[in-house]
Amino acid sequence: MSVAPAAPHNQSPRTASGPSMVPQERASDSVPPATLLRWLRDMFLIREFENRCGQSYQQAKIGGFCHLYTGQEAAAVGTINSLQPDDPIITAYRDHGHALARGMDPRACMAEMYGKAAGCAKGKGGSMHMFDKPNWMFGGHGIVGAQTPVGLGLAFAARYEWEVMGKAVDGGPAKKKVALAYLGDGALNQGALHEAMNLGGLWDIPCIWVVENNGYSMGTSIERGTTMAHDLRKKADAYGIRGEIIDGFDVINLYDNFKPLVDWCRDNQKPAFVDLKTYRYLGHSMSDPQKYRTKEEVEQFKGKDSIDRYASVLMNERKGPDGGPILNEQMMMDMQAEVKETVRAAIEFAENSAVPDASELYTDVLLNPMPNMSPSGEYRIGAKNPLL
Amino acid sequence: MTAFATTLPDFTAELPSRDGDRIIQYREALREAMSEEMRRDPRMFLMGEEVAQYNGAYKISQGMLEEFGPKRIIDAPISENGFAGLAVGAAMYGLRPIIEFMSWSFSLVAADQILNNVPKMLYMSGGQWGCPIVFRGNDGAGGQLGSTHSWCVEGLYANVPGMKIAIPSNPYDAKGLLKTALRELDPVFFLESERMLGDKAHVPAEEYYIPFGQARLCREGDSCTLVSFGRPVNFCIEAADDLLKEGIAVDVLDMRTIRPLDIDSIIRSVQKTGRIVVVDQSWPFAGVASEVVTQVCERCFDWLDHPPVRVNTADVPAPYAKNLEYDYLPNKDRILAAVRGITGKV
Repeated sequence: MSVAPAAPHNQSPRTASGPSMVPQERASDSVPPATLLRWLRDMFLIREFENRCGQSYQQAKIGGFCHLYTGQEAAAVGTINSLQPDDPIITAYRDHGHALARGMDPRACMAEMYGKAAGCAKGKGGSMHMFDKPNWMFGGHGIVGAQTPVGLGLAFAARYEWEVMGKAVDGGPAKKKVALAYLGDGALNQGALHEAMNLGGLWDIPCIWVVENNGYSMGTSIERGTTMAHDLRKKADAYGIRGEIIDGFDVINLYDNFKPLVDWCRDNQKPAFVDLKTYRYLGHSMSDPQKYRTKEEVEQFKGKDSIDRYASVLMNERKGPDGGPILNEQMMMDMQAEVKETVRAAIEFAENSAVPDASELYTDVLLNPMPNMSPSGEYRIGAKNPLL
Repeated sequence: MTAFATTLPDFTAELPSRDGDRIIQYREALREAMSEEMRRDPRMFLMGEEVAQYNGAYKISQGMLEEFGPKRIIDAPISENGFAGLAVGAAMYGLRPIIEFMSWSFSLVAADQILNNVPKMLYMSGGQWGCPIVFRGNDGAGGQLGSTHSWCVEGLYANVPGMKIAIPSNPYDAKGLLKTALRELDPVFFLESERMLGDKAHVPAEEYYIPFGQARLCREGDSCTLVSFGRPVNFCIEAADDLLKEGIAVDVLDMRTIRPLDIDSIIRSVQKTGRIVVVDQSWPFAGVASEVVTQVCERCFDWLDHPPVRVNTADVPAPYAKNLEYDYLPNKDRILAAVRGITGKV
């Protein structure tokens, strides 16, 4: 057992800066049934998408590194749905789940996996670089921890809009936003995170660093990599930042705890730090023999699978306006069929899409290309990104 | 609702005269450029160590806190990787950060942000987000600062595609190039020099922008082409004036920007002189001078009457002792010797 047990979700925050987190009403009580069902659908979508990515990778249709999100679906879906659609987010390289939860077209996501021109980054990014401007997803990023100060910068800019400019950079009204910067537990030990958290605490920048704590940085269990692994909130304490531990397997519980935290950060324009307990079912990447953990441990976590659990809640516990359950077997089968078809269509789209034109090698290097920038070729403005 | 947008300056306007009596320091020229552009664009903020309350470690930002307030002139703690990364996010979001490194030597601790994120973001996002940040600060030996504080980063950073590098040698260019940098759509690394901050020259009151990629011919002659950028340009000019007394007239080209590199002007000059000496204050191995020489050989080999010569910083860590540091850096004596050698007038 490598992941410390999650704190009970009604536990009060320890840090001095925040009010009690015990909600009078559960945040999820006011979420409409259609939205709750969409969360389940998005979790199914991520699961299916990753399964098919794994297959395509085995068939050598996807290259490079490929880090699958299977097992962690509730983490992305629960956190992202606690935001406004124009709150910026940024994450590390295990990023397909966030992209899909944020609303990226699965075809653009899969085409990027396949290195095709219709991909979200026109085939120039790959698995680790899911960028989606219309959905305020500022990328998957490859260097562990490097995205943590960038997320701080997103939140800084959002605060700067209302505080300094008095309007948004697009000319519209400025409003109070929150940025989410996701990181894995491996990034806990990168200096970049600690510099970012210090600056965030110092300047009250509304960035929430969400540690998707799946217990392992590659093959190194969290206890072997970081101090105070049993209570990561102590790291936030050091920077005067509010810290929370949240169970990331139960999407309803996650929302009940995370949504009030987001609201608090937005209203007070303060940062926060969350140890979100989760688990990945598959290896770190596609080439991981997983000698560092037992099969039993993996099976134990699969036994409390977030999708199964959530489906059961929607079928048995959560009641609709008519007093009946909001999900039944038939609806779930229809949902799974729709998701299967969506991902199948994404694969088909990716397989049939064109590779980037050779001329695209020298585009998107500069926004203002000029002569004599490079001895090997002339930079040019490239094809329009299909997402934009 | 009108979005804030960056418009490129009008480069067709003729640049104002370099002669006049509005004599100010290099540091003041930098400050004027920043202040003028910050007045124009509310998205712009200056962040760095000691830029606000201290008035700038080198007094470049003196008075700016008073004018723009603490939300736009921001003292950062010593966290170069942290605040460089903050700038990346802010620029992607739509702001226009100016990041001051007290010294480019300290930029090395921010290497992941400034080399992995800044120049690659546009490419790896398929054109969705660039990072229009101006990173600026002192580059090169400040004077007996020893091995870790004397970095000339141009050799290192010019290797990386995805940004522009400007390196002014005098107050007039410092202002005109920084103004252009602040209106760029792409990231700019702006290399100043502690040793030049007090240099004085006429800087016109009227607004002007110096286009990137256009070298300035500082001295004219047909014996040899002297190419340099940044502080050593001044040594080249001194050397050229000495050489003229010996009857050796040389072209001195101040490149002003390294990327883009105005290789066309270099080639035009070499086609006239048949000889080239490149003076570069960074190390010789795989550096900017090597690149200039390579491109000259590739493009006008047949015009050369003599193998190209490089005058670089010595290929050793920077020493502390004053005499050793003098020998370590390109200086007038070494330039004179190189030109006399290549022109056969030793």
